[in-house]
Amino acid sequence: MTEAMLEVRGLTKNFVKKLDLAGRIAQKLGSSIREEVVHAVDGVSISIAKGGVVGLVGESGCGKSTLGRMIAGILPPTAGDIVYKGVQLTDMSPEEARRAALEIQMIFQDPFASLNPRMRVVDIIGEAPVAHGYCKASEIHEYVSDVMQRVGLDPEYRRRYPHQFSGGQRQRIGIARALAVKPEFLVCDEAIAALDVSIQAQVINLFMDLREDLDLTYLFISHDLSVVEHISDRVVIMYLGRIVEVAETDDLFREPNHPYTIALLNEVPRVDQRGLDYKPIEGEIPSPLDPPSGCHFHPRCPHATDRCKQERPVLREIAPNRWSACHLNDGT
Amino acid sequence: MTSDTPTLDVRDLKTHFFTKAGVARAVDGVSFTVGKGEVVGLVGESGSGKSVTGFSIIGLVDPPGRVVSGEVRFKGQNLLDLKAEQMRKLRGNRIAMIFQDPMMTLNPVLRVDTQMVETIRAHDASVSKADALARARDALGQVGIPAPDERLRSYPHQFSGGMRQRVAIAIALLNKPDLIIADEPTTALDVTIQGQILYEAQKLCRETGTSMIWITHDLAVVAGLADKICVMYGGRIVEQGLIDDVLDHPVHPYTRGLLGSVPGHNTRGHRLYQIPGMAPSLLNLPEGCAFQARCPKADDACKALPHITNPVPGREIRCFHPHLDQDEEIGA
Repeated sequence: MTEAMLEVRGLTKNFVKKLDLAGRIAQKLGSSIREEVVHAVDGVSISIAKGGVVGLVGESGCGKSTLGRMIAGILPPTAGDIVYKGVQLTDMSPEEARRAALEIQMIFQDPFASLNPRMRVVDIIGEAPVAHGYCKASEIHEYVSDVMQRVGLDPEYRRRYPHQFSGGQRQRIGIARALAVKPEFLVCDEAIAALDVSIQAQVINLFMDLREDLDLTYLFISHDLSVVEHISDRVVIMYLGRIVEVAETDDLFREPNHPYTIALLNEVPRVDQRGLDYKPIEGEIPSPLDPPSGCHFHPRCPHATDRCKQERPVLREIAPNRWSACHLNDGT
Repeated sequence: MTSDTPTLDVRDLKTHFFTKAGVARAVDGVSFTVGKGEVVGLVGESGSGKSVTGFSIIGLVDPPGRVVSGEVRFKGQNLLDLKAEQMRKLRGNRIAMIFQDPMMTLNPVLRVDTQMVETIRAHDASVSKADALARARDALGQVGIPAPDERLRSYPHQFSGGMRQRVAIAIALLNKPDLIIADEPTTALDVTIQGQILYEAQKLCRETGTSMIWITHDLAVVAGLADKICVMYGGRIVEQGLIDDVLDHPVHPYTRGLLGSVPGHNTRGHRLYQIPGMAPSLLNLPEGCAFQARCPKADDACKALPHITNPVPGREIRCFHPHLDQDEEIGA
């Protein structure tokens, strides 16, 4: 593997719900009320090589979006390091940090919520490049037209407002806004989940074209395994704030290791599978407020043992370039 | 099909919305049948008219929408001839509907048992409250809700999303309907929870012989569940037939394009086929075939309305230029 472009080490994010006054008084008086802590991301380490596409998969509440937001610099981590191009984000000079923030851009899920409805497209896309000196304010229209063409939007529409566009076009505006500051790393958080199938295919193809043309690196966050299988080189599976398995895409889909990954792959409906006998995994996704002890997956796991209830399995390399966090790999 | 009269026989159904901006022909000449115990997948992108078709069958189209013409024969009887009162007796009793968002169908201020007992007694006042409660408990157990006795006394907000959808399904089942219309019931759920719901739905049809119309945008879900598939575009069914036939050998250019744009393990590293352009607004559909503007095969003939033809046995399509040579490339 080439040198990592972005590395995340032991990244943790806790959301704490502070006690209000009444709660604090009750606590003083000996009540058992305590602050509620959600371990949204719990000691996660991944490394992303330059030019790679890493798919990050998990169900709701597994912390995948929180992880993406921390990498994009929108949320400060509670603990852990983010190393970008060999330098820790916290050790960077203000100038370096500004550059890194521009080079890592994020594309959001909801193209309705992520665009300011009162700004024209030319300002949505052009605001950042002008502010950061990529183009002069007088040349904003030429600059924006170029970017719009690249993402397949008609530059004639640059004076329109977001509501005049369809969902697929709006997502392209979001992509254009990210591309306008010449990023090297894109965090796509469910960037195609809200789109219809035929529009989804257009946007996926656009992502792949941009990757080749601009030499981009992606962290592609999605709950949709078939999209991730199509687009990624490497896949990271998360469950309740922790990574359970990391592998090359082909290996993962051919031979999943972790019981959760196996279950997940079995559940994904596919067009080429007919008349299925569904055998669902039991149980619900536990609340991240009160995750199970030991391995988070043990209450739903068909192979769980006593050890799984007590000891947290570490993510370790089970084969070259394959990592899994499961006690079953230790051999019995 | 097990009997001569199908459970549901929809013939040339037209539902139009008379808005200030013009007439939206949301459903425009839809015909299909659902046999006893059969699962029919109604597939289409947003605005294709699939949900309005479901609403029209169960008589829930609100103004400015109106069923303009056609027949909906339920066990031989045309539902469109029924008075509102007669229809009300049928709805929730012989025909039930499951909606996408269970929070919208469950009353948030009533306990689940109140809502379930009400559903039974509204259609048969002779059932005692105790009997109705027993039936409600059985229905909850049937859809795989643990500890149904305790859950009966819960309010909807005390359930998770997947459990809430199960409650909605249990309510739909209460009066042992002959037909269930399911409108995107798993779209809002996580993959593993979706698997559980699909499992319950499948078990139900096999065990009780209930017929089902499964409305979705997700071809993969329908592939594993349905016996028959109807693909909708611009208010019309453009292709219908047995699930294996249609998915393996699609004949209509839209179906072919749609299947080509689904990502999966066969598409890794390739570009997805993308249907050019976007779905037309229902307010100004072109004359003739609604797909002509995006279709690679369109010519002058497509300006007239294509009638239903059977180019292959057991298949009904609306197209002047069907793909009969399966080796032909998509989009050619």
